[in-house]
Amino acid sequence: MDTAFALVDCENFYVSCERVFEPSLRTRPVVVLSNNDGCVIARSQAVKDAGIPMGAPYFQWEERLDAMGAAVRSSNYALYGDMSRRVMHELEQVALRLERYSIDEAFLTLPALERDELYAVAQQLQRRVARRQGVPIRVGIGPTKTLAKVADEKAKGNRPVDTTLPPPGRVYVCPDGEARTAMLRTVPVAELWGIGAAWAETLHEHGVETAEQLRQQPDSWLRRVLTVVGLRLATELRGLPCLELEDVPATRKSLIRSRSFSGRVTDEPTLREAVGKHAQRAAEKLRAEGLVAGYLEVFITTKRFGEPPHYANAAGGTLRPVTHHTPILLRHARRLLRIIYRDSPTYKKAGVILQQLRPETPRQGHLFDDPDPDDVALMDAVDQLNRTMGRGTVGFAAAGVRGERDWTMKREQRSPHYTTQWSDLPVAKAEG
Amino acid sequence: MSDRAPTVTDVYQARPEEACPVAIYLSRVPAGFPSPADDYVEQTIDLNEHLIRREASTFFVRVAGHSMTDAGIHDGDILVVDRAVEPTDGSVVVAALDGELTVKRYRVGEKHASLVPESEGYPSIPIRKEQELVVWGVVRHVIHEVS
Repeated sequence: MDTAFALVDCENFYVSCERVFEPSLRTRPVVVLSNNDGCVIARSQAVKDAGIPMGAPYFQWEERLDAMGAAVRSSNYALYGDMSRRVMHELEQVALRLERYSIDEAFLTLPALERDELYAVAQQLQRRVARRQGVPIRVGIGPTKTLAKVADEKAKGNRPVDTTLPPPGRVYVCPDGEARTAMLRTVPVAELWGIGAAWAETLHEHGVETAEQLRQQPDSWLRRVLTVVGLRLATELRGLPCLELEDVPATRKSLIRSRSFSGRVTDEPTLREAVGKHAQRAAEKLRAEGLVAGYLEVFITTKRFGEPPHYANAAGGTLRPVTHHTPILLRHARRLLRIIYRDSPTYKKAGVILQQLRPETPRQGHLFDDPDPDDVALMDAVDQLNRTMGRGTVGFAAAGVRGERDWTMKREQRSPHYTTQWSDLPVAKAEG
Repeated sequence: MSDRAPTVTDVYQARPEEACPVAIYLSRVPAGFPSPADDYVEQTIDLNEHLIRREASTFFVRVAGHSMTDAGIHDGDILVVDRAVEPTDGSVVVAALDGELTVKRYRVGEKHASLVPESEGYPSIPIRKEQELVVWGVVRHVIHEVS
């Protein structure tokens, strides 16, 4: 093989991020709650060991968590997003290529080395990210993406220690030959990447229970029973790569919404409302075309000549996950506007630009990476009403409904935005 | 998650260099006379370049307290901390001690390393062997507001 594939998975990612900036949490059980503090979405090892399941409603486990002295944090996506970016950047220093798979997982390609050398590389990677970003990672390596995923599951089987240090052993490199056969015999087909419940059932009916049995099936049988997707999977299990890393698409399509003001605009609220309207229109356009955006830019400009002096500026930011969700875009548009807004000039024009557009494809991804079905339903309803009842029938307060106050989510125990807000920097004591 | 209300999800913050580009607009050209300096405009000076060698492992940390004033680190200052730098004897470090972040001088002694405050009347703290990750990061710069 020319390259090896590695799947890197950050251990208890949200919890690990909290622990970087709050060292007292390293020795305590920790949970992170979903938006509105409803469900447990990240657990430290001690919490997993206590049998508290992923996604559990918090109120059902509140007493238990309290009894075990657990720290509870509301989700702090600004922090997790920034830490994810840092970890991915670090991995890119070592990888030949990198595919960001979710907020806390990435596929890497590495030079094809001997198995013990790959172990060493993986352990170096663990030490490096633990040292530099403070996040423990798990590494699974194989000659194909599918085998890297299998290896990652194997690495998961080694019991971790509840610490920020990478526990030795949370690395697994897929073996060759007989040893690989023996390993694949222990992997149930239902646990393979891309095998859903329906296929698992079909395979069960045909007596195919393990990954080893699956890869031994003739190609024609695989194609007939599981389509070309199943054939590809089996081929990957045989060690021949069919799935490549997905690079960031090179499409540079963008979408612009802007308009010159008819009158003189000097105050921020009016400017904000205008930018909000443009963001809302742009979001509708995205959804109409089945696209999502990865980058948002806001620009403002004054009259080019005359007094006061010309002022023009723009600010942009990366959207992760990519989105076409109006409230998200509105919120970020407002935040960006705040960065560039200056008092007093007479503004002539304002607008938004969406970049890194790509088709919205349903992908097998991270649990929290995908848009919430309720969100999708809401956006559909909004678009439908505006189409049938006329533009502006339903809108968002941020795009200009007089007297509306900005609402906020319930996030009672959110940690500070340590890495993205000046006001929230971590504090080092110099007192003793 | 079925319980998730259809609300805003907090998305990643904009990256600093993307979030706040310095406006680089050409000089205004009143009547077609370009500024003689236009050809020499290459870029603006970016303080990040000076302060940040490795962006992915550099964090800003605020100082609270007076135990490092002799090292030129004052209450309210901002430390530029690079976690990729290995601490050596004499490094100023941010360390995780007793569940808190603290800023100290790192000293390697004959028997053990210690964390040493630099101000009258503060005792130094020996580091036990097992506290391997006690050093959180090495301080590379101090940002101090003068007036």
